Amino acid sequence: MVPLSYYLMLSGILFACGILGFLLKRNIITIFMSIELMLNGVNLSFVAFAAHWHALSGQVFVFFVMVVAAAEAAVGLAIIIAVYRTRETLNVDQVNLLKL
Amino acid sequence: MTQTIPQVADYIRILPELVLAFFGLVVMVLDPLLDDEGSRKTLGGIALLGALCGLGASLWMAQSPGLAFWNMVRVDSFSVFFHVLITAIVAVVILTSYEYMAVQRIRAGEYYGLILFGAVGMTLMSSAVELVLIFIALEISSISSYVLAGFRRREASSSESSLKYFLLGSFATAFFLYGVALMFGATGSTNITAISQALQAKGVPRLAYVAVALMFVGLGFKVASAPFHVWTPDVYEGAPAPIVALMSTGSKAAAFAVLLRVMFEINTPGRFWLIWVSAALSMTLGNLSALVQDNVKRLLAYSSIAHAGYLLVAFAAQPGPGISAAMFYTASYAAMNVGAFAVVSHFAGAEERYVTLADYAGLGRRSPLLAATLTIFLLSLIGIPITGGFFAKFYVFSAALKSGLVWLTLIGLLNSAIGAYYYLRIIVMMYMREPKGEITVRRIPASLGVALALSVLATLYLGVLPGRVLDFALRSATQLMQPHRAAITPAPTPPVGTM
Repeated sequence: MVPLSYYLMLSGILFACGILGFLLKRNIITIFMSIELMLNGVNLSFVAFAAHWHALSGQVFVFFVMVVAAAEAAVGLAIIIAVYRTRETLNVDQVNLLKL
Repeated sequence: MTQTIPQVADYIRILPELVLAFFGLVVMVLDPLLDDEGSRKTLGGIALLGALCGLGASLWMAQSPGLAFWNMVRVDSFSVFFHVLITAIVAVVILTSYEYMAVQRIRAGEYYGLILFGAVGMTLMSSAVELVLIFIALEISSISSYVLAGFRRREASSSESSLKYFLLGSFATAFFLYGVALMFGATGSTNITAISQALQAKGVPRLAYVAVALMFVGLGFKVASAPFHVWTPDVYEGAPAPIVALMSTGSKAAAFAVLLRVMFEINTPGRFWLIWVSAALSMTLGNLSALVQDNVKRLLAYSSIAHAGYLLVAFAAQPGPGISAAMFYTASYAAMNVGAFAVVSHFAGAEERYVTLADYAGLGRRSPLLAATLTIFLLSLIGIPITGGFFAKFYVFSAALKSGLVWLTLIGLLNSAIGAYYYLRIIVMMYMREPKGEITVRRIPASLGVALALSVLATLYLGVLPGRVLDFALRSATQLMQPHRAAITPAPTPPVGTM
C-alpha cells in the first residue's frame, strides 16, 4: 500500500506548481488554470486524509470543492471575456489601468 | 441517535439566509419582465424589503439559539450580532445604490440579486461552525462580489478591478482550503468544536500550525490585512462605490467573524506572532500609503487596510476583552465607512468622474449638508470622541494594554496620529479650498438621505452610548469561549509550565 506521506507530497507539489504558475505565467487563462491546479492539489490531500482517518466525509468534501470550483470557473471565464472585450488582450502585464 | 430529517428548529436557525436567498431569487425571476427603469426602481424596492426581512429574521432567529443541521451551524449571540450587522449594512448599501444605479444608467436586476446572494454567504459565514461550510459560504459571498466589482461593464477600470479581485481572491481561497484540508488531516474532523477538543486532548501536531497559517492567509486576504492587502486599492478604485461600501464592511465583518471563531474557538496554536506581525504591518503600510493618495476611493482603500490592522490588534489581546473589542470595532467601522462611501458614490456622478481629492475642493460651500456628513464620518475614522470610531479604538487599545501588548499599542497610537493627517486633508479640501471648475452637486434624493441619516445616527450612537452594544458583544464573547472551556475541563492534562 502506498503510504500517506506520498500522497501528501504529491498534493503539496501540485499546490506548489499552481502557485508558481500563478506567479510566473502572464496569460490570464493560464493563471486561472494554475488556480484550478491548486484546488486539485487540495482535493488530493482531502482524499488521502479521508483514507487515513477512515472518514467518508473527506471524500464528500472533494465534491463540494469541485462544485465551488466549477462555479468559480463560470464566473471567472465571464470576467475574462469582459476584460478581453474592453482591452483586447489576455496578457496581465497589459491589464494595468489601475496602478498596482 | 442522529435524526436524518432536519427539524423545524434547524430551518429557523438559517432563516435569515433562506429569506435573503428567496428575495434574491424573486429579484432574478422578475428581472427579465421589467424594463431598465423598472428594474432599478421595483427590484431595488424588493431587494430592500428582502434585506429588512433578513434583519427581522435575524432577530427572530435570536429566540432559538443552538446547533442546527448536524452541528454545522450555530446560532448564538455572536452569530446574531453579525447577522444583524450584515443585513443592516446590506439594507443601507441598497438604499445607496438606488440613486447610484440610475445615475450610472446600469440595468440593476442582477445587481440587487447578487447583493442579496452575497449577503447569504456573509451571514452564513458568521454562523457556520464547520470549516467546509465556512469555505462554501466564503465562496458564495466572494463569487458574488467578483461579479459586482465588475458591474460597470462599459468601464475598462471596472472589469480590470473585477479580474484582479477574482484572480487574487481565488488564489487566496485556495490557501484557505489547503489549510482546511491540513486541519482535517491533523485532527480527523472539520467541525470547529471537534477540532478544538482533538487539539486539547491529543496535543498539537505540527500539521495544525501549518494549517492555521494557511487559513490565516486566506482570511487575511478577505479582511485586507498586510501582507495580503495588495489587491485592495486597485479593486476599490475600479469597483462601483456602493459595492466598495459592501466589500469593505460586510465581507470584512463576515471574514472577521470567521477569523474570531477559528482563532478563539479552536484556540489555534501559534496565532500570536502571526497576528502581531500582520497587525503592525497593516497599520503602518496602510496609513503610510494613504498619505500620498489623490483618489478618494484609493485613499479609503488604504484606510480600510489600516483599520483591518487596528482590528487585528484586538485579536492579539486576551480572548475576553479582545473578542468584544473586535466586534465593537467591526460595527462602528461599518457605520462610518458605509456612510463615507455613500457620500463618495453620490458625489462621483455619472461614470464616477469626480473621485479625486481636488474634486472635493469647496464642497463645503456647494453642498454644506453633504460636506458635513462626510466630515462626521471622517472624524469618526480618525477616532475623535463622541463618534463610534473613538470608542472602537479605545476598547481595542485598552484590551491590548490589559494583555500587556505595549509595543503593539504604541504602534497603533502612532499610526492613528498619522491617519489623522490624510482624513483631515479631505476636510480641509472641502472647507478651505476654492472650488475648481464647475461640478454640479445633485440634490440628495430621499433614499440616499435615509442611508446617510442611518449611518450618521449609528456612528453617533456608538460614540455617545456604546454601552448596550458593548454589553452584547461581551456576552457573545463569553458564549464564544464556552464550548472551548467545556472542551478543556474534561481533558485530564495537568497545567504543565505554570510552576
